[in-house]
Amino acid sequence: MSLRRPAKNQPENFEFNPSSLEAAKSIVTKYPEGKQQSAVMALLYIAQKQNDNWIPLAAMKYIAKFLNMPYIKVYEVATFYSMYNLSPVGKYFVQVCTTTPCMIRGANKLVEACKEKISEHEAVLSNDKSCSWMEVECLGACVNAPMMQINDDYYEDLDKEKTLKILDKILKGEKPTPGSYRGRINNEPENNRKTLMDLKNA
Amino acid sequence: MLKDQDRIFQNLYNDLGPDLTSSQRRGDWVNTKEITGKGRDWIINEIKDSQLRGRGGAGFPTGLKWSFAPKEVGTRPHYLVINGDESEPGTCKDRDILRFEPHKLIEGCLIASYAIQAHVCYIYIRGEYFVDGQKLQAAIDEAYEKKLLGKNAAGTGWDLDIYIHYGAGAYICGEETALLESIEGKKGQPRLKPPFPALIGLYGCPTIINNVETIAVVPTILRRGGKWFASLGREKNTGTKIFCISGNVNNPCNVEEEMNIPLKELIEVHAGGVIGGWDNLQAVIPGGSSMPLIPKDKCETLTMDFDSLMAEKSGLGTAGVVVINKDQDIIKCMARIARFYKHESCGQCTPCREGSGWMWRMLERMAKGEASKDEIDMLGDVTKQIEGHTICAFGEGSSWPVQGLLRHFKDEIKKRNKFDPIVKENKNIPYLVDQHLLDKNA
Repeated sequence: MSLRRPAKNQPENFEFNPSSLEAAKSIVTKYPEGKQQSAVMALLYIAQKQNDNWIPLAAMKYIAKFLNMPYIKVYEVATFYSMYNLSPVGKYFVQVCTTTPCMIRGANKLVEACKEKISEHEAVLSNDKSCSWMEVECLGACVNAPMMQINDDYYEDLDKEKTLKILDKILKGEKPTPGSYRGRINNEPENNRKTLMDLKNA
Repeated sequence: MLKDQDRIFQNLYNDLGPDLTSSQRRGDWVNTKEITGKGRDWIINEIKDSQLRGRGGAGFPTGLKWSFAPKEVGTRPHYLVINGDESEPGTCKDRDILRFEPHKLIEGCLIASYAIQAHVCYIYIRGEYFVDGQKLQAAIDEAYEKKLLGKNAAGTGWDLDIYIHYGAGAYICGEETALLESIEGKKGQPRLKPPFPALIGLYGCPTIINNVETIAVVPTILRRGGKWFASLGREKNTGTKIFCISGNVNNPCNVEEEMNIPLKELIEVHAGGVIGGWDNLQAVIPGGSSMPLIPKDKCETLTMDFDSLMAEKSGLGTAGVVVINKDQDIIKCMARIARFYKHESCGQCTPCREGSGWMWRMLERMAKGEASKDEIDMLGDVTKQIEGHTICAFGEGSSWPVQGLLRHFKDEIKKRNKFDPIVKENKNIPYLVDQHLLDKNA
């Protein structure tokens, strides 16, 4: 289990903005009547998006009221799942996968790059408060190892140099193009494709 | 090698585009009405004939699972839930189906929902795959627009709604009952079985849960016949499977191949060989991180299917092949996997919650050569006390890789961790755990 604690400095209030509210209402309709509690995960995610990538306690209370469920149940969910950030992580949240398949292809070099560019320790904001990084468990792109995720996007087939370049871009406020950084197409074996050849150039 | 026309996922590398028009050109949605017109029993029997086994790791026969759903719908509605919480280290097959072959999955959902009489289907996708989930959502929207979903879906006379539910980074939600808890808006902690979800599942209603890949191959099986699928592979291990080959190979890739393919062919032909040559191979994890590793000498002749890997005391799992060459420290690799399990344990059962951290800390010390000789057997003992003593299979999943390491690389650990307990050297260290031994000597 991982230990997760809410941030010390919490905002007083939280409320969905109109677009979040609309999204939240449409999500609740996905579930049967009386089972609106199911929407709690999606709503926490919306709150996180709206609040610069992290969820304050006020948002949990707001969602509890919104879904008519006890606050503690929302708190329970928010602290259980690792993708909910309980303290500020910056506008760009870099997650480096370091589980074995990535590790044996050099994920530690990516971690080094993050330490050089962002901050010495994980989960600590960069000097301009725009960015932080974290080591995470398997992100499910093992064939494209080593890789990292920045907000929603996957950056694959990396090495230290490429990571430094990507981090430079986000620190300047630009969005680098997601996908493979070795120029390969999706998950095909580079320069060694033996299957579905007649479709390749179709 | 499997012939190209026998590959189910023609668009695995996205040569053709994932949209509806090109999917239809590949044969999706062509005669869905005809298939459902043949009736529920025919569909379930055909799937039974194909001997399709679940692609999510456990390999349970799919046709049999479907037949567990109640024949008549009572007061409680039936649900179909698709498990796309792919988080097993070494596995990345479902992601490609979600983003490149979404219509195979959606059509499979319709047919499976019809077979088990469900009108609502939830697709659970891990939160990290948000972008890929959006692509699936676009495909679902497209299907609604063309009347392939919703009321009288695809002209079959069956109503079906499909909703996506995103997870939020919990490996345990890949366990089917934890996944149901998660959809219900609770923390993902597995339920006790029985009752099985087929009778009491989502919201207490009958629920069938299948992996993304399992459902996505269903339409093709029904089109080409269960016999065709059963003709591939070998008895009880039939059909094709997407293998993910990662780690120290020259060309890591996803590839769809026949079951029972030799591991060596998978690595040498499709993945371009081991980095540093075949002789540089150290070990292979054949089916995602929870399956015990297999050392090089056995890799020469190993074939990849459920039963032959079981005979080697490992398993096919999700078919995520992780190749580890001799440049890697095998103990460190396993220590990292143990850390993964320590991080992902849901905390419900004590043996797993405490034991997973215990194993990780011991392995970290063993990798550094700081463990004593006794601890090697003690580690084996710990794994035995976790395995089989937990609510879900996570206990097995976390202890098997460690057992695999102890089975095949014990000598390596012994070589690195030579010393006897400090006590025997008569060092008077008061905080030692084995104080009682010290007393005996005195």
